[in-house]
Order: sequence, then structure tokens, then C-alpha cells
Amino acid sequence: MLLTTEPTATQIRDERIYATMGLSDDEYALVVSLLGREPNYTEIGLFSVMWSEHCSYKNSKPVLRKFPTTGKHVLQGPGEGAGIVDIGDGQAVAFKIESHNHPSAIEPYQGAATGVGGIIRDIFSMGARPIALLNSLRFGDLNESRVKHLFGHVVSGIAGYGNCVGIPTVGGEVAFDPAYSGNPLVNAMCVGFIRHEDIQKGIAEGVGNSVMYVGATTGRDGIHGATFASEELGEDADEKRPAVQVGDPFMEKLLIEACLEVIKHPALVGIQDMGAAGLTSSSAEMASKAGMGIEMNLDLVPQRETGMTPYEMMLSESQERMLLVVKAGHEDEIEAIVTKWGLHAIKVGEVIEEKVLRLVHQGEIAAEVPVDALAEDAPVYHKPSKVPAYYETFQAMKPVTPIVEDVMATWKDVLSMPSIASKRWVYEQYDHMVQTSTVVAPGSDAAVIRIRETEKSLAMTTDCNAKYVYLDPRVGGAIAVAEAARNIVASGAEPLALTDCLNFGSPDKPEGFWQLDQAVEGMAEACRTLDTPVIGGNVSLYNESNGQAIYPTPVVGMVGLIEKPEHITTSFAKQAGDVVFLLGETKAEFGGSALQMLQDGKVSGHAPTLDLEEERQTQKALLHAIRDGLVTAAHDVSEGGLAAALPELVFGTGFGMDVTIDTDLVTALFSESQSRFLVTVDKAHAETFANVTNGTAIGTVTEASTLVVRASDRLIEMDVQELERVWEGAIPCYMTSEA
Amino acid sequence: MKFAVIVFPGSNCDLDMYHAVKDVLGEEAEYVFHTETSLEGFDGVLLPGGFSYGDYLRCGSIAQFSPIMVEVKRFAEEGRPVLGVCNGFQVLVEAGLLPGVLMRNRDLKFMCKTVDLVVENNETMFTSEYAVQETIRVPIAHGEGNYYCDEATLEALKANGQIAFTYKENPNGSVENIAGITNEAGNVLGMMPHPERAVEALLGGEDGKRLFTSIVKWGARHVTYN
Repeated sequence: MLLTTEPTATQIRDERIYATMGLSDDEYALVVSLLGREPNYTEIGLFSVMWSEHCSYKNSKPVLRKFPTTGKHVLQGPGEGAGIVDIGDGQAVAFKIESHNHPSAIEPYQGAATGVGGIIRDIFSMGARPIALLNSLRFGDLNESRVKHLFGHVVSGIAGYGNCVGIPTVGGEVAFDPAYSGNPLVNAMCVGFIRHEDIQKGIAEGVGNSVMYVGATTGRDGIHGATFASEELGEDADEKRPAVQVGDPFMEKLLIEACLEVIKHPALVGIQDMGAAGLTSSSAEMASKAGMGIEMNLDLVPQRETGMTPYEMMLSESQERMLLVVKAGHEDEIEAIVTKWGLHAIKVGEVIEEKVLRLVHQGEIAAEVPVDALAEDAPVYHKPSKVPAYYETFQAMKPVTPIVEDVMATWKDVLSMPSIASKRWVYEQYDHMVQTSTVVAPGSDAAVIRIRETEKSLAMTTDCNAKYVYLDPRVGGAIAVAEAARNIVASGAEPLALTDCLNFGSPDKPEGFWQLDQAVEGMAEACRTLDTPVIGGNVSLYNESNGQAIYPTPVVGMVGLIEKPEHITTSFAKQAGDVVFLLGETKAEFGGSALQMLQDGKVSGHAPTLDLEEERQTQKALLHAIRDGLVTAAHDVSEGGLAAALPELVFGTGFGMDVTIDTDLVTALFSESQSRFLVTVDKAHAETFANVTNGTAIGTVTEASTLVVRASDRLIEMDVQELERVWEGAIPCYMTSEA
Repeated sequence: MKFAVIVFPGSNCDLDMYHAVKDVLGEEAEYVFHTETSLEGFDGVLLPGGFSYGDYLRCGSIAQFSPIMVEVKRFAEEGRPVLGVCNGFQVLVEAGLLPGVLMRNRDLKFMCKTVDLVVENNETMFTSEYAVQETIRVPIAHGEGNYYCDEATLEALKANGQIAFTYKENPNGSVENIAGITNEAGNVLGMMPHPERAVEALLGGEDGKRLFTSIVKWGARHVTYN
């Protein structure tokens, strides 16, 4: 018997109950026309989650089409749980990044933990063994006690989940800026290894085949999570806490092992994670892809609580659940594998010919909706776009070189900015070594994971300097891709492809949509030039709190292939006497720089310029030199300019450096010009290296642990230990003064 | 020598342990599931790290009731080598095969880094390949590795030479910097640091390798092959 408190179809229409679920009047009308009748409460619930931005990409689809999604390595592009790229010899890599921003804003530990859990399921649902986790985090000003709370708990949540499931968290980025004060960003990425023959799809083929439910029970947690993720955070955000799920990494670990065993069984037809929109999206999408329907008996769904309605079961986002389609007659074999891991595989329905999702509850049909209407027919919006006034103002500004009175103090101040300071406090809480394949741990440009029983390794990174994207979305978007590729190349790898997490404000504001559109344009351009197609990702819009949008933050997760162990390169100097090279040109570019943030407390002006062709050639030349064995260390020059990159090259090594840069000292240290690398080369190879790259020899690695920078106007000498102390000490200092 | 790598639900360093003895040392190794009831044919038992049963209730407290643990206890009583690393150490403590308890780290955070250990006793079947007081670098990765025991137990550990490894710099608050202890007979070693993570130069160091070669050398002297 249905609960009598549920609104009737007439009430839903008259009282516009659909609006509280995030559907517009037009969308409701479209549902009515697709169904040929007014939807009941369960049905309108199904539509509201499936047509949310999170599930349907209704606002971003026209923009996402700009991305190149094919390439010589791409085996699976966007559209499945994760994209897959070929690495030769029948081996491949699956990876994807996804946001869990809004849940983390409300309940940081569980929000972050379940973000990690969700992305892991996307990977193993493809049939891949998860081998690494990364993340990309943004928080407000770390002086605020609320921000410390969010930061601390997000990091513990990521650690709590990743450590327990036994997947190393090997890399990521964390940045702090008042722009994220009310709306932190928590993006999690997972990388998996797979053999070509094991690749699975989320597809419900074969009339009469069984739909089986594996994993945790369904509770009332996370109801309307996808809808919640697709709206602005209001002052009532705390009331949405029930929309945040609770994670159980132990269950996930069992689920990983059970599913990876199940995928080897020929009776498995399709498998999909019950992620956002839970049972609704997994069933509707699997059926829609196969051109089939699914009938489920909701009485059979394992329930955590009593008296759950079809609406609650279908919209629950309880974690650690998978939906399997299994050949009829083979259910027991699948059940046997799953039982070994202490779980159950329960038949909850079957594939039907009629292309509908039919839900039976207590002997009655609780909902019957065409699967394509849910999965395919969501409206697509071409939003109006408008250049924001701030952009026009910034573009009209003349570039200036800031005046720095005390360079020594400023240098230390830059290194102690939490966005630039050492992230040891963060990554030491993550088990980054489990699975014993981490060759390059967090702290270098990209993490490197070896592939057992091969010569190959994978380099992986997440990157986005959102300050540049805010100043100029198109250039900033391209820089995000270029910087990620730079980190991959500096590690000795050839970039293969990328996954993106587009964190933006409301697309309903024309200026907000313009940022999205322009950033994607810039990213797509960089992807084409650098030959790094987009194989999947996630869109997180409405990242606003109280009307204030975050910086547009298109995070890039990139993976590259290292062919031989001897090509693996870190960003740490190896021996005194090595020649230090600077690749790329240092120009007086300070818009969006760390120095500007430090001096003005906000960014303005022009983003650094980026010449994609020059970028491509520099990267190609460096990779070539690394493969030729010429390079002892390589480090990309990014946020904080050489003021950050020079000391990072020698921190922890005991060495120093003596370099000469032919610009003024402020430009030399603090400019954030793009397409630059710092490279150390054994002096025996210096001449060869100079010939094969556009690099300039700027000095040497020294025994003495001092940094000497000789600029055109003056010279500065700094004690490396002193710089390292402020760089290492900054974040622990903020966090021990936790209010 | 043939090693059993015990797999509990939630073990996650089982692969690492298996790889260390099988691929790096070239010894025989097999996974033994927690539901098994025999260790017939094995010469050494390895309890890997991880989060057995999610570390719910208390680390290692549920795993001690696994069917295989009856056999592990018998194996230990026979004087044969049993090594528990990280969660494996916690299981051994919960199972009563080693004294003391492991509490949450002093600063209440999970901690993953490579630390300096001091070999306190090299006259055990696990440490004979090290020099006494030698410093070795081995990774730690735990949230609950803060070893504690009462004063009398501590005195006994010292008197019997049961303290195998100590931390050079105490990372977690362990009493007397204890990183690893053996039972009184010396054939059961529990340690929080991960020697199996330090067996390959490619991954940053090989200082953990000699722990396994010590066992193998002991085995060569004591194991009778049928």
C-alpha cells in the first residue's frame, strides 16, 4: 500500500510540487507530453533526478560537444562510467574525475569520502582494477576557522575511504581562495588498469535476463542528491544534510573484489554503479543503451529501513550498490561469487522488450515511464551568453610590474601561501604506497605508478589554476590543459588523454554561461594541439553561495604513459654540478599571480599568455631529451613562478642553486609566464640538451645549500633551509591553530 | 619456503606481501582465505595490512575469530614463523599471540611516510640479516599504531629481548618508541611498519627485504621438506 501522504498527480500539477524537485514549468509540461498523462509522485521524482544537470548535462551538452573525444589511444570515450585509453599489449587504463562539492560543503567528511567511493565504482564497473586515486580541492581563506574545519575533514574523509579500500591516493592539488569560501570544491579522480578483453559496459541486453542488485542496502540517505548537486547552496543548505550519503569503505572493498571476479564470468551482460540518482539512473541508462526496458519488483530491493516508498527507493543515493544484468539461468553462479565476499546478489527484476521502466510495488504498478524519456529526452538548453563587465575591465588594464620593497620577505611570504606551501600535511594522511606500485609519491610534478609485469608506468596529475580562468576563461582553460600536460611530460610520460571536472557557477546567468563556454573553448583548443582527447568527466554547475559564484574551475585530470622505468623523472635535483636549464620565456606577467594575490588580496588584469604551438614544441623536445637520458630532474614552472619552482627543485635534497636570469629580479622570481620548465642536466650532456631544446643554461646545482638568483638589476641570496622551513611549516601552522 | 598470505575481508596489503615473497624473493606463496581451516604444507604465515572487517569495533578484533586463526595459533605454538604487519600486528595482539594493544596515533591522524627504525634485536628468525642497532628505512601507514602495554609487560619485553624494532623518532606515541615486538618464543613478530613496501629500489628502498631473507635463512635451517 502506498503511503497516503504522497501528493496525487493533480496536486503535483496544481501545487507545482515538481518545482521543489528542481523541474521548471516547461519541463513538467514536457514530461506530461512524453507520458501522455500527468505523472504520479514516483514518476515525477524519476524525471526530476534524471533531468537534473548532474545526470542529464542539459545546460552543458552543447558546450561539451566542443571537446575532441577521439584519438589513436581512445578505446572508450564519454558516455560510460569512465573513459578508457589503450597503452599497448592488450592493456588499457580507465580513468575519470567527478565532483562531490555540495555534499562536502555540508558534511565534509562523508561528502568527501563518498565522492571517493563513487569514482572508484565508476572505474571498477568498467571492469578495471582501481590502482590510484587523485583529487583536486578548493577552499576559502585558511585563516577562517570554518574553512579549517572543512579542509581538515575533507582530507580525513578522503583518507578514511581511500586508505580503507586499499587504493593509494597518489596525487592532487589543493588551493585556497576567498572565492571558495561558501562553496568548497571536492573533485576525486580514480585510475584503473584493465585488459582489453575485460572491458564492461552498462547495458541491459537480452529479454528475460535478470537484473541483480549487489551491495549495501537501500536507505533514505541521499534522496535527491543529484538535484541538490544541481542547485545553488542557499542559507538553508544545512537542512539538506539528509541529501548527503554515508560511506562504508569496507563494503566498497568487498564490492570491488566481488565485482572484479564477476566480470570474468561469461554470464555477466552489463554492470553499472548506482551513483547519482541511484537505482533510477542505473536501470534507465542500462535499458536505454540496449534499446530495452526493465521491470523491477521493488519489494525485492534490500531495504535498510521499513516502510520505504517507491519514490524513496528509486531516489535513494545509498552508497556501495551495483546493478548487474545477468543471463537468465546463471543467477546462482553470480550469487556464488558474490557470497564468497560476504555480499548478496539479489534478483530484483528483468529485462523486458517494451522500452519502459516499470516499477512494481506491493502488487501494484508504482511507475511506468519510457526509459528513453528519462535517459535521452531531457531538454537541452542553449543558454544566453554575455561577456561579464569584469572581464572588459580587466582586458582594458595595462600590464604593470609590481613594486616589491623587500624581496626576501616577499619570497618567503609567497612560499608560505597555503596554495603554494608544502602539502605534506595533506598527503601524509593518505596511504599513497599501498599496492606497492607507487614509484613517484606525492610532491613531484606528477605521481607515477608502475604497471606490474611490464616495463610501463603511468604518470597522473590534476591541475587547474582557476585564477587565470577567472581573468580569461578561454586562455585559462587552455592553460589548465597545458599545465597538466607539462606535469605529465616533466615526469617522463607521453600525455594520453584527460578527464575534466567543470566546476562553474550558475549557467542561468549569461555571464556564468559565458565563462563555461569560453573555458571549454580554450580547453578544447589545447586538447587538439596537444593531442589529449577528453575521454570523460563531470560537470558541476551552480557552485554559488548566496549569489556569489566560485572562480570558474575546470579541473583537468591527465594520465600519461612512461615506456621504460629509466624514463621516470622527478622534480628534485640529483647532484651538484648539474647544469640548470630554463625552458620557455620569462615575461613580465603578473595577472592572476601569487604575487598579485599576496599584494592586492585579489586578482585582476590579464591572464598569462599561452602560445599552444610553442607549448607543444617545448613539451615534445623535453620528452625527447628525457627519453634520451639527458635529464636528471624536470619541474614545470607554475603558480608562484620561479620563486616557487627554484626552491622546490632543491627542497629535501640538501643542494642549492646559483642561477642568472636576464630580467629584473621581480619578474625573474614572480612572473607566471607559461610554457616554462626548470630542468637539470648532467654537465656532460649540457651541450646536447641545449641543442635539442630551446632551453637556456641559467646556472648550476651547488653543494652549498643556498639559492643565488642573479637578475639584471640585482642579486639575491637565500638560505634553502630557511625557505624550506616556511614552505613546510605553513599549513601545519594554520591547522594547529585550529579554532 | 612456502608462505601463506592470510586474506581477511578488508585486507589490502595481501598483494604487496605476496609480491614481496613470491616475485622479489622468489619463494613460494599462496593466498589463504579467512574461511580456510588448514595451513598444511606452509612453512611461514604472513598476516598482511589493511582494514580487516573495516576496522569496525576495534582494529583486528573481528578477524581474530576467523576460522583460519585457530590454525594460525596452532602454527605459532609449534614455533613456526608468523609475521603480522600493520593490521596483521593488530590481529595478533587481539588474538592474544602478542602482548599489549595498539591505540589511535598520538595526534589522531592516519600517517603514511617512510621512517627510520632501529633494529633492537638481531637474534630472531626475522632479524638475523640485520646488524643490531642498525638504522633501516621502512614505510609506515596507519591510524592506530600507538603501541601500549603495562609496566610489567614492558619490563618482560625488554628482559626477553622481545622488542625487535623501535622508531628513531616516535611518530605515533608508542611506549618506548616500540615499532615491532615478538612473542617470548621469538617466532611471532608483529610490527606496524611495512617491510613488504621496502623490497625494491624502484619504489624507494630495499631495507625491508632482509626481514624476509632472515625468515628464509631460518627456514633453510629448520624446515624439513616432505
